[in-house]
This record gives sequence, C-alpha cells and structure tokens, in this order.
Amino acid sequence: MDNKIVNESLIAGKGWFPADVSTFGNYVDSLYSFILWVSVILFVAITIVVVTFVLKYRKRPGYVQPGGEHITHNTKLELAWTVPPLILCLFVFYWGFTGFLDMSVAPKNGEEIHVVGKKWIWQFEYKNGTKTLSEMVVPVNTPIILVMTSEDVLHSFYSPNMRIKRDVVPNRYTKIWFQATRTGNFQIFCTEFCGDGHSQMQGTIRVVSAEEYKDWLANSGSADDGLPLEKLGEKVYSAKGCVACHSIDGSAMVGPSWKGTWGTSRPMTGGGSVIMDENYVKESVNYPIAKVVQGYPPVMPSYKGLLSDREIDGVIAYLKTLK
Amino acid sequence: MSLPAVRTDYINATKGWKSWLTTLDHKRIGIMYLLFIAISFGLGGFFALALRMELLNPGKLLFTAKQYNQLFTLHGAVMVFLFIVPSIPASLGNFLLPLQIGAKDVAFPRMNLMSFYLYLFGAVFCVYSMVAGAADTGWTFYTPYSITTSTSVISMTLGAFILGFSSIFTGLNFIVTIHKMRAPGMTWFRMPLMVWALYATAIIQVLATPVLGITLLLLIIERVAGIGIFDPALGGDPVLFQHFFWFYSHPAVYIMILPAMGVMSELVTTFCKKNIFGYKMIAYSSLAIAIISFLVWGHHLFVSGQSDYAAMIFSLLTYLVAIPSAVKIFNWIATMYQGEIDLKAPFLYFLAFLFLFSIGGFTGIMLGSLSLDVYLHDTYFVVAHFHYVMMGGTVMAFLGGLHYWWPKMFGRMYSEGAAFVAWLFIMVGFNMVFFTQFLLGTKGMPRRYYSYLDQFQPLHAFSTSGTWVLTVGFLIMAFYLVESLLNGKQAPDNPWGGLTLEWTTQSPPITENFLDTPIVDCGPYEYDKVKV
Repeated sequence: MDNKIVNESLIAGKGWFPADVSTFGNYVDSLYSFILWVSVILFVAITIVVVTFVLKYRKRPGYVQPGGEHITHNTKLELAWTVPPLILCLFVFYWGFTGFLDMSVAPKNGEEIHVVGKKWIWQFEYKNGTKTLSEMVVPVNTPIILVMTSEDVLHSFYSPNMRIKRDVVPNRYTKIWFQATRTGNFQIFCTEFCGDGHSQMQGTIRVVSAEEYKDWLANSGSADDGLPLEKLGEKVYSAKGCVACHSIDGSAMVGPSWKGTWGTSRPMTGGGSVIMDENYVKESVNYPIAKVVQGYPPVMPSYKGLLSDREIDGVIAYLKTLK
Repeated sequence: MSLPAVRTDYINATKGWKSWLTTLDHKRIGIMYLLFIAISFGLGGFFALALRMELLNPGKLLFTAKQYNQLFTLHGAVMVFLFIVPSIPASLGNFLLPLQIGAKDVAFPRMNLMSFYLYLFGAVFCVYSMVAGAADTGWTFYTPYSITTSTSVISMTLGAFILGFSSIFTGLNFIVTIHKMRAPGMTWFRMPLMVWALYATAIIQVLATPVLGITLLLLIIERVAGIGIFDPALGGDPVLFQHFFWFYSHPAVYIMILPAMGVMSELVTTFCKKNIFGYKMIAYSSLAIAIISFLVWGHHLFVSGQSDYAAMIFSLLTYLVAIPSAVKIFNWIATMYQGEIDLKAPFLYFLAFLFLFSIGGFTGIMLGSLSLDVYLHDTYFVVAHFHYVMMGGTVMAFLGGLHYWWPKMFGRMYSEGAAFVAWLFIMVGFNMVFFTQFLLGTKGMPRRYYSYLDQFQPLHAFSTSGTWVLTVGFLIMAFYLVESLLNGKQAPDNPWGGLTLEWTTQSPPITENFLDTPIVDCGPYEYDKVKV
C-alpha cells in the first residue's frame, strides 16, 4: 500500500517548510521565522537564568543561603515581564490577523473551481463542466478560488506548498483561494479525520502555464488517449482515488484488493455471488452499492460521469494484469 | 529521629478492603483515585506505544487503518477523561486540600466517595466501549462522522458524560471546602497556592463540564433517535458541535494545567527554601486564566469556516490568556533567586515543567496566530504542542507532586538515585518523541494519518524510538515506587522542610489529619521568618 503520488515539491524548500510556491508563502514563512527566533531568544534567556540560579544557589557543603527578608515583590520587574510580552503578543496577533484576512477575501477576477470532498477522494469541477478526480489543474499566476463542500463527513483541504487549509463541510460551502507562483506538482492532503481512508485521501495540484491550462481545459482528458489501456488503467488507479481503498498486493483495505480477482466468483453481501467480469466492473464503478463483496462496507462513492468509457476499459485491462 | 514502631494512621486505622470501599476519609479516596489514575495512565500509554509502533513505517505494520483509528481514539479518550482531567485534583488534591487548609476532611465526604464511584462507573462504560467495537472518532467525537460510524461511540460518550459528573462533584466539594473549612487564621491570602489553583480549577469544573455533558447527550440522542442536531443529513449543523465541544474542552485544558501550576508553586518554595515571589500575582493569575479560558474556544475552529471576525476575537483573547501563564513562569524563576536549591526528584520535575511548558507556550503563540494556524492546524505541530503542554506540563508537575507528597501519603521514602535515572529517561524520551513531531508538523505532516508519504519516515521512526526510552523511564519509576512501599525507609513527618500545614502532622497522617486544629498566623511560605 505505497503512496503512489509523491510530489517532489513537498521535500524541497528552504528551512523546515516545504517549497513556497504561492503568494501567501512569504507572509506565512516570515511570521513563523519571527515568532521562532523571538521564542528561541527568550527560551535561551530563561535557560541561562535558571541554570545560573541552580548552579549559584545550589545546596552544597559550604553554601549559606543569603539571609534577610526574602524579596517577594518588585513592581518594576513585574511590569517588565508583563507589559513587553503583552505588546509582543498583540503585535504577533495583528500580523497573523491581517494575513488571515487576505487569505479569506478572494480577488474578484479569480478562476473558480468547485471542490467536493467525499470518502476518500477529492473531486474538482471546472466552469465548463470538466470534472477531475484527485488532480486539480490550475494556471500559474492566477488567483484560484476554491468553493468547497462535502458529500458525507467533514474533510479539510490542505495544500502545504500553497500554505492554505480550510475545512470542507457537508451542507455548507467554504471558500479559500490561492495564487501559485510557479509550475509543478504539489501535494493535497485531507487534514480532518474522516475514517479508514483518511490518510489516503490525497491529491495533486498541477500548476501549468496559462496556455497549457487553456489547452487542457478545452480538450480535457484527451491527453490520455495515447496511452495503452493497461497503462491508462494503472494511471486511473493511482490518480483517481482507487488507491485509497483497493490494494494491488492482496491486502484487504477498506475495499477488496484487486489482486487475483479477475474472472473469479465473488461472494456478495446478502448472499449469492457474481463473476468478476467486464460488466461487473463497469457496474461497480457507476453503481458501487448495487453489488458489494461480502465482508466489506457499502461505502464506495459512485464514479458515474467521472470516468470516461475508455478509462473504465483501462481499469478492466489493468485488473486483468493483476494476477 | 526515633520513630515509634507502629503508629496509628489513616492507612492502618481500619482494616480490610470493605473499610476502603466505604471510607469517607478524603485521604483514602485520594489514594484510591491515585491507583485508578495510574492504571488509566498505563492503559493510555500502552495505546500510545501501540499506535506509535504502527507509525514506524508507512503502510501496514501491525494494525489495519480502522484499528489504528481506534487506538488513537482510545489513547486520547483514556488519557483525557480517565487520566489527566482527574489526575491532580482528584488524587493529590483530594489528599491534600483538607490537610493544607487545616481541616479534618472535605465539606461533603459522602459526595466525595460518590464522585469516586461515578469515576469508576464512567470508566466501566469506557472499557466496555473498548471491547465492544471501540470508537474510531478521535477523542473529539466530531460530527457527522461520530453519528455515522458503526463503532461504539455511545458507550464512550456516555462514559465521558458520567465522568463529567464525577468531576463536577469534586469541584463543588472543593469550592465549599475552601470557603467554609479553612483553619482559624487562614485568610484567603494565607492559603497555599496549590489551594488557589484547586479553587480556580473547581470553578471551571463546575461551570464548564455541564456543557460537555449536554453536548454528549445531544450526540447520543441524535444517534439513537435520529433527531437532527449536528448531522447535516438530518438538518443539523456539524460546526455547532465543534463550538459546543470546545466550549468545555478548551476550559478543560485549564482544568488540566491549573492544578499543575499549583503543584509548581509548592515545589519551588520548598526546594528553594524561599518565600514565593509575587504570591498575589500567582493567585490572581489562576483566576484570570480560569475566566479568560471560557472565551477562547474558537481558536480550535480557525479553519472550520466560522466567521472571520469571530476568529479575530478568539485569536486576540488567546494571546491574553498567554500572559498570566508567562507571569507564573517568571514568578517561579524569580523565587529561585537567592534560594537554597535542593535538586531532589520533585525539583527535577519542577525544572522539567519549566522547560517543556515554556516550549509548549511558545509554540502556542505560533498556533494562536491566525495565518500561521491555517498552515499548522491539524498537523503534527499541534500534536507536539499539546503534548508539550499536557505531558510536559501537567504530567511533569503531577510526577513532581507525587514524589513530593509520596512520603506524606505512604510514610515511606523512595530511592532518590533511581528517581534521577527515571527522570533522565523520561526527559530524553519525551523530547525524542515530541520535539520530532514539531519538525514533522512544520514539514506538513497531517495528524491522525495511518499511513504517510515515504519522506516522513525517518522522523516518524525516530519519534517512535523515543516512546521506548520513555517507557523504560516509567517502568523504572513504577519499580522503585512499589519497592518503596514494600521496603522503603520510614519517612519523617517533614522530609523536605516544607512549611505548609500538611508537613506539621505525622506521615502518614492520622484519620483526623491533625491532633489539634492548627491555628494559622502567617503566610504559607515564610522561610525568611521561620527556621525549619
């Protein structure tokens, strides 16, 4: 059960953060660095004072504790350690807040994409009706507005590289926007716990040039036509979310493994059995709840309208190779 | 010092297990709480070990995704509801509160025993949930997942609901006890700071816990009767649940940390032989934290889609609650100045708290910042942050308090050398486990992930190896503490030279606590006036 989608950009990047590829990156990263370094300085200062006290006033032979009345108040000192930290905190609050407003208010000229989260795939729909799964293609240097909702439980859309995150809530729309500053493939995670496939609910933001985006949108999906069916099926498996629930090595996940199932008789929930053939696969892609293999929960979302006939043929061809 | 061979004390005053189960003595109830809290800590720790083991590599090692989800849910639920909420108040607090204010018992001894039985009763439901298809929702029970999952959410939430009453009873009892039972001469500002901390805690327990109870009850009603409250499929609002839940659960983290801060004030004075710096500031800051803590719950919802202006106010208030905590840290450090610092085990845990809680605080500043929280929310950074605050803070103070009052509770001394070794293992192990998780979080690793990208593997493996070091530390501690009960040296009445009232009676105390009612004529920590 390897994670097939590895986006190199999550590894790269200066410091501890993944590569910064959006207009928010600089803002968030410098705020982080500021708090980090102030904290480090204060922590070192506290450590020096505590260690000095422990060494200097440690109970040991020959040490006599200074006598006299103990100091229990010092107004100046107490103001000094209350007021400056308060001012520092208010400053950090203001810095964090203004950036948050920028993240919340999307520019008017943005490209709108509808995002649907469901167990356990991301679905993207463009204005011209193009739908994709797990992969979101966006143009570089253009504000992208995501209007998001969920079909089942809470999810959360997280792109570390873009420095954005927002919960995806059923029966409600949430919005977030970003603007990518360079092309490449960037990771999407779900960060609100949503069940067994939560950690597999991943995806990719593919940032391309404006021209490439136009072409892609105009004849979406056709790029796959050149692939042989088996290869297309393998690609669909990892790119369209099948990987979240179906293994190809025989291990049971949320759904049954694909390995060695082709042509076999599959016991069904509620009795009876079905031969795993072309028609069963196609039916299961479009109407997954109709015939569920025994021992597995009826939770697969329908892919009706989300996979082309050729992509379903590809999945069938790929299944045949998994002996 | 010569001690008579056998003295009458609260432990040997009456015999037999029945005398324990029906006891009204706050000390015995505190000890029984301590036993079950220790068992809960062991259980929660075992779940933590198991789930960290699974995270040694991406993909399956020992458990399926569902089992892993159940493990982290059980770890969270057991640690929060059965261990850390009752930890200091119900065990150490129950034992100490009457002793520290010079009283014979708490105000309502029967209610105190009732609270203990409610704790056990609630625990039974939680354990039942473990064996009957453990809940897999996370300890936060977010809707609508918790409505739709087939696991036994109801018994777990019912357990938490009952445990809530146990907590309310303890809080109510403490408030009345502190108001009405103080020894003659013990004015409010002569109370030990531990008592102030328990008082502030009790206020939150009494005011916030009912909200959790109602919320969990609504969740159960929704699951059982299908009435739409939180589930959008039934016309409910899932974000409403988050508001309700955190309205309790944020103040609850102060139920967890305030008593720990009380313990810290006791430790620093006794082991530095110093009067506390800024007594009133520490006392007032406990109350300030208790009050402001009710108004910051929304900082758990910065990315939930709540109103941006609500988020702004919650962020601002979050920074305000940080200040009293920082003030306490500075006061404790100032108390060390010109002291006579004795590096005994309790003080080692004091130092551990000081450093670990500071790191927890600084990272809290990062998480409170709106635009930075968008990035760090629900990543391992948050996991690391709250373990630094809760384990690095509360658990360290709890261990410090346990070692400090151990001779008073059981009349036995433990091995100081073994305690140092255990402390070292715990400190090293803790930082291995959780500092690593800050790095994972800043790299974008989401929490509650059964599997993860290969690039995170080295850090995950290192974090997991830290849990083994941590385990060794706790095993050593369990060993020398049990050993001390069996063969430990008999403890003198005041082994550390403490000035608060519990050290003026014998170790362990008699059932009635004091031979004569103590008369108080000075503050609790006046080391400059009294010679021990």
